[in-house]
This record gives sequence, C-alpha cells and structure tokens, in this order.
Amino acid sequence: MIESKYMPLDGATSVAQAMRQIDPDVVAAYPITPQTEVVQNFSQYVADGLVHTEFVPVESEHAAMSACIGASAAGARVMTATSANGLALMWEMLYIASGMRLPIVLSVVNRALSSPLNIHCDHSDSMGARDSGWLQLYAETGQEAYDNTIQAIRIAENPGLRVPVMSCQDGFITGHGVERVGLLPDDAVRAFIGSYDPPITLLDVEHPVTMGAWDFTDYYFEHKRQQTEAINNAMPTIEAVRAEYAELSGRPQPTLDMYGMDDADYVIVVLSSTAGTSRAVARELNAKGKKVGVLKPRVFRPFPAKQIVGALQGRKAVAVLDRAISFGAHQGMGPLFGDITSALYNEGVNGLQIVDYIYGLGGRDTIPAHIESVYADLEKINAAGDGGRKVRYLGLREP
Amino acid sequence: MSNVVRNAEYEAPRLDRPWTEANPGGVVKEPGNSVTYITGTWRTMRPVRDTEQCTQCLICWIMCPDAAIIVEDGKVVAFDYDHCKGCGICADQCPVNVRTPHSLTGQMGKVIQMVPETESHGE
Repeated sequence: MIESKYMPLDGATSVAQAMRQIDPDVVAAYPITPQTEVVQNFSQYVADGLVHTEFVPVESEHAAMSACIGASAAGARVMTATSANGLALMWEMLYIASGMRLPIVLSVVNRALSSPLNIHCDHSDSMGARDSGWLQLYAETGQEAYDNTIQAIRIAENPGLRVPVMSCQDGFITGHGVERVGLLPDDAVRAFIGSYDPPITLLDVEHPVTMGAWDFTDYYFEHKRQQTEAINNAMPTIEAVRAEYAELSGRPQPTLDMYGMDDADYVIVVLSSTAGTSRAVARELNAKGKKVGVLKPRVFRPFPAKQIVGALQGRKAVAVLDRAISFGAHQGMGPLFGDITSALYNEGVNGLQIVDYIYGLGGRDTIPAHIESVYADLEKINAAGDGGRKVRYLGLREP
Repeated sequence: MSNVVRNAEYEAPRLDRPWTEANPGGVVKEPGNSVTYITGTWRTMRPVRDTEQCTQCLICWIMCPDAAIIVEDGKVVAFDYDHCKGCGICADQCPVNVRTPHSLTGQMGKVIQMVPETESHGE
C-alpha cells in the first residue's frame, strides 16, 4: 500500500487532479455547470506545464466527443468531461465512440436535463446514456470520484475490453462539496495506469487501417454482438482493476458497497451521494436495534445483476432509490429499479417486496428524515404483505 | 458483367464467418478492399455507350462518383458494372449527341444512355 496525501478538495477538482496525474495525451472539452471545475482546473494544469496534454477547447460537446474519437482512433489516451445538456449534445458521438471500441474516459458530473432549466443534481443525464455502450461507474464522494477516474483508464484500455467508460459523480453535492480526499503520489498513479499501447491506430503507417467505415446489413449485427459480448464479460476485468487499486491505495473498492447488510431485513439500494445520507440513518437505526442496511452499487454498466440479486434475496423489504425517471416505463419507474426487478425475475427470485422511490430530481435535497420514512415504509410494507404502489416519490410536495 | 480487373490481393468480404471472427469496432485492415465489395447489384438503370460515336472526351470518367468508367491508354473501354450503381451522372453529363440512332438502344440522344437493368442491349 502507498500512502495517499489527504487534502480538502471538491469532487470536480479531485477528478481534475486525477486527470493531471493520468496526464492524458488529448483532452477535448467544453465547459458546462457543474462540470466546469474539472475542465477549468485541468486547463490550468495545461497552461502551467504540469501535463503534456494537447488540450482542445472545442466549440461544443458534440465537437468535444468528436475530437476525442479522432484522437483515440489515432492512438492517444483521451479524456473529457461534461454534464447534463452537454452529455445530451454528445449523444450521437457516444455511440460512435463505443461502437468503434475506443477507450475514452468521460467524467460526468451529474446534473438534471432541461427542460425546465435546472443546473442541480439528478441522474437523468447519464441514465439516459445507459444503453450507449459505455461502462458507468458512480461515486458517492470526491474520493470515490478520484479513485474511479484512475481505475476507469485501466478498465477502458484493457485489451480484451476496449470500451469507453463514464465516471459519474453528483453535481454540486460532491462536485462542489469540499471533502477530505486522498491523492496517491503522481508516480504511483502513472505506474498503476501504465503506458497506453493500442493494438490498432490510424497513425500506424506500417499497418494502414480504416476506422468508422460503412458497415452494411451483412456485418453491423456481428459487430454489435461482439460489443455486447465484451461488455457482458467486463465484470472480471473491472473487479481485477478495483482489487489492484484497493491494494495500492488501501481504500476498499467493492463493486457493491454494503452497510449493515449482514443481517438487514430492510434495505435501501441507492447510487452516489445519497448512499452517505442513507448510511448515516441506517447507523442510527442499527443503534436502536433496527435491522436495516444500505446497498450502493459503484458499477452500473455492466449491471452487476447476480451480485445485487444475491445481496437482496431473502430480505423482508427493499427500497430502490432512483434519481431519474424512465419516462413511460411501467408506472414511470426509475432505471435502477427497472434493472433490479428485471434481474430478480431473470435470476428466478419471486415474491421479494420491493418498491421504487424517485428522489432528488433537479437537486431536491434528500435529508435523513426522508430516508427514515423509507425504512418506516418498508416495515409497513412487510407487515401488510403488500407493496401497494410500486413507484413512489420522496421529498415531493404531495397534494 | 464487364471484364473488370480486380485487386487480386484481397478476397471479397466473407459472409460465412461468425461474429466472433469479425474485426472489433468494424476496423478495416485491408486498405482499398472496397473494390471487392460489389455494389453493382444495387443498380436498376444501366448506362450503355455507343462506342462508334463516342468522341473520347472522358467527361464521363471525370464525373463518375464511383470510378466505374474504365479507361485504358487514354480511352474509355468499358463500364465497371461491378461497381456502377446506375446513378446516371455519366449519361447526364455526356456532351455528345449521336448523329445516327444509338448503336445499342436505337434511340437518338446522347452517346451514353440509361436503359433498364432488366433489358438486354447486347453490350
């Protein structure tokens, strides 16, 4: 284990520091709140000569991802960052990056998608991109955002994978929230990520190739089958990288972060920063003798279905907290709930009492009292033996 | 089909290979292998040329977007029907009107004329 140097940093600057240590060949980015500090700080490192990166200040996020794709195809190690509408503007290029199997790392500082216009945190931006062929990591804290960013490089560039990775954290809550964040020494990060040696590049004139070419009815299907195979089999690679990083940093990097789950009857499943609030409430309830737990997936794509089902099986009642709505899905459920209930069904688990809470849209605060109410609801649901309405709302002004 | 000189170095795209053998990301590793990809099957109208009345101005060769006009020793010798998609640009751009009926279509008009793919004109 190598000692980290701990300092007060906000989540966005933590990611910028990780990028400084990674020293990517190319960063093409456009500023958008609340991602701004990632790129702003990183461009300062470029200006100060702290990195060797070719920084491309593009005219839009569509151009940012396009430049990243070109640079990555040319053989560069490439990173970018965005939020919300910026991610939406990248949409077309997200699929092109993943379809071309380019290991780009994108730092997403989660923010609500307009309209109505809102700059605060929810997961509607990255959740919409969950089918885009990018892996997705979610961070509870600035520390996790830093750690995930470094791991993302190794995961994306794994020769058996070559899949882009989106590393997400909550806008403002962690993005602008100053916390104690431990940074590994620069040389330790560089040794961990190693050099990037792409097997095929556009600039290899000895082995000329064409990338991103026309793929007709006779081959597109086969390429998509390959892509889904790579992502389906990504978990062992991800877990190996996480284990290696945990050993290096001394900070555990579980795919599923568990609190109180050894004997919990009532479980909250939640991504990112609200896991912290949930854990604080669970700790208090545990002290009062309540058997409650928190399950926080740090990896959402690929979806750790078997692990989550294994962790939820046999509980008395489960609440999934979703910071996004999958509009038009059954009862307007959130994406995390949809994936978990689908996994339960497909793994043959029936009868688990499980409900969905849409929470925190547009940065609405989720406070301990809300989490307490969820655990209280779960007890009632278990006592009544009936979940009633599957999709509920937390912190919403009800009529 | 015309007598087209193929790039013999590469074989045509194989359609009997499973997905496990495709190049990840659709990377094309053989430069120029689009010559092996037969697009002539897309054609519904075919250009035909009156070789006697053609003045060899080469405007069709300049304008063809698919490099499907075969020129040897500075003269148009044939259409590459393996790659001609039948867009009709050659017939549209051909500046020479025939003085006698077209040798293949029997019609007045341009030296290059478009005929339905289903019709044989002995070319």
